[in-house]
Amino acid sequence: MLEISKLVKRYGRDEPVLKELDLRVEGSSVVAIVGASGAGKSTMLRCINRLVEPTSGSIRLNGTELVTLKGAALRRARRKIGMVFQGFNLIDRLTVMENVLAGRLGYVNLYQAIARRYPREDIERAFSLMERVGIAHYANKRADALSGGERQRVGVVRALMQEPAVLLADEPTASLDPRTSEQIMILLQSLASELSLPVLINIHNVAQARTYTERIVGLRHGKMIFDGTPGEFTRDALDAIYGGIESPDEEPTASSAHSSVRASRGVPHDPA
Amino acid sequence: MTRHKREEIAPRTWRKPPFIANPWLRYGLWLVLVVYLVWAFGSLPFNWARIGEGLPRAARIFGGGFPPSFERGALMLTGFKESFQIAILATLLGVMLSIPFAVMAARNVAPLPVYLFGRAVIIISRSFHPVIVAILFVAAVGFGPLAGILTLTLYSIGFVGKLLAEEIEEIDWGQVEAMRATGAGYLATLFYAVFPQILPRQIGLSMYQLDSNLRASAVVGIVGAGGIGGTLMNAFGRYDYDFAFAILLIIIAVILVSEGISGWVRKKIW
Repeated sequence: MLEISKLVKRYGRDEPVLKELDLRVEGSSVVAIVGASGAGKSTMLRCINRLVEPTSGSIRLNGTELVTLKGAALRRARRKIGMVFQGFNLIDRLTVMENVLAGRLGYVNLYQAIARRYPREDIERAFSLMERVGIAHYANKRADALSGGERQRVGVVRALMQEPAVLLADEPTASLDPRTSEQIMILLQSLASELSLPVLINIHNVAQARTYTERIVGLRHGKMIFDGTPGEFTRDALDAIYGGIESPDEEPTASSAHSSVRASRGVPHDPA
Repeated sequence: MTRHKREEIAPRTWRKPPFIANPWLRYGLWLVLVVYLVWAFGSLPFNWARIGEGLPRAARIFGGGFPPSFERGALMLTGFKESFQIAILATLLGVMLSIPFAVMAARNVAPLPVYLFGRAVIIISRSFHPVIVAILFVAAVGFGPLAGILTLTLYSIGFVGKLLAEEIEEIDWGQVEAMRATGAGYLATLFYAVFPQILPRQIGLSMYQLDSNLRASAVVGIVGAGGIGGTLMNAFGRYDYDFAFAILLIIIAVILVSEGISGWVRKKIW
């Protein structure tokens, strides 16, 4: 169970990106998080595995407080949180198998990692997961030789290799064509139920959110303004989330607010 | 009036804006340059008489160099062998040592104190020309190839380390985030997310450094740090211009070959 309470994130002295956000995700539900660019979706997801440092608040995963963790304890906690990225973030020059096995980096020691001597169970798990998503025949291909959809499958398998307790997906389909992105959504949905894994998906495509998830959370200006089933997600809710009434400087429609969240956030070049 | 007329024919004109916008500064700089050149040529002691005497001497040296003599091939071979050893060993050592220093000197993966230390090492090893470093090392460890190896190792650390650090600062950060998200430690993240991204650059730089070191090993030999440079210096000292010319020709040939090989490897590896 993932419990976020009173989560605040403020970059520098600006207006907070997240304002006392509360969210509970239980069981193996697939939750879509929708909102315009800059609403704080990405920041929220990244606060959970601490790629972004929360300013205050609490995030608990199965009872463990994540916000205060440091060093080795943080790395141990991260093993239980899988993440899928918009830009896939694969290691382009390594093979698909190496990318998949990288999901075990939190478990193996440095020698095993560098010499690629992963335990036999890991190799077995890698093959069966790759077979499950249909990329096993690419095991020895370089990751950058694959198409977008295949690369995202590698990303998903890498996250699942961690044996995660929760899966975070940050705009997993925004860099893909419509058909492929449907396939990835179907894959995430079915994997969630097969592995009884809660999945949080940041997504811009509202139609996909309604079709493939069982709960939609709408963020606006760092606050949750909608939380309900796809059935309850009405035209009004959509307008409230994306509508430009309150702040005219924001992108007025969902389509023009497309997929620029991660890019505009930039890369935090903090030391390791 | 003419200006007005021109506007009627071609109402809109465009001119590339001057590189320096301020006209005073622009023409002032030209003036400074001209004044400096006049002063420099006027005040430097060109002794035309001596230059006139020197020309026949230069002709004699070049004349003595032809035809180049390859008679003492064995001596030349020993010299080149030593130069190769110096260059290859120094490249290997330098390139290997440059990796940790590059990581230390990359702001995005190193904490501030480590970064400053890494930068300092690189700046210091880059601040002197190899010949000066070689003079210091010859004084410190004596004549011979060891001084040459130390010199070129330091030189390689500085050069490769700096460029590699810049490369690390420009990597795709998403891969680093992905590795962190799996719970990977610092070193595992380096080996998975950073090194593969800089690998082609690293190999390219190593090849470049190898032929740069080959060239430099001839130069540092002149100040006593071993290799073909010493042989060359001796040949000049004994007025064996034909032998010296033979050495120069072989140096050119070696550099050409190594440049060809490194270019080919760099193209293959990308």
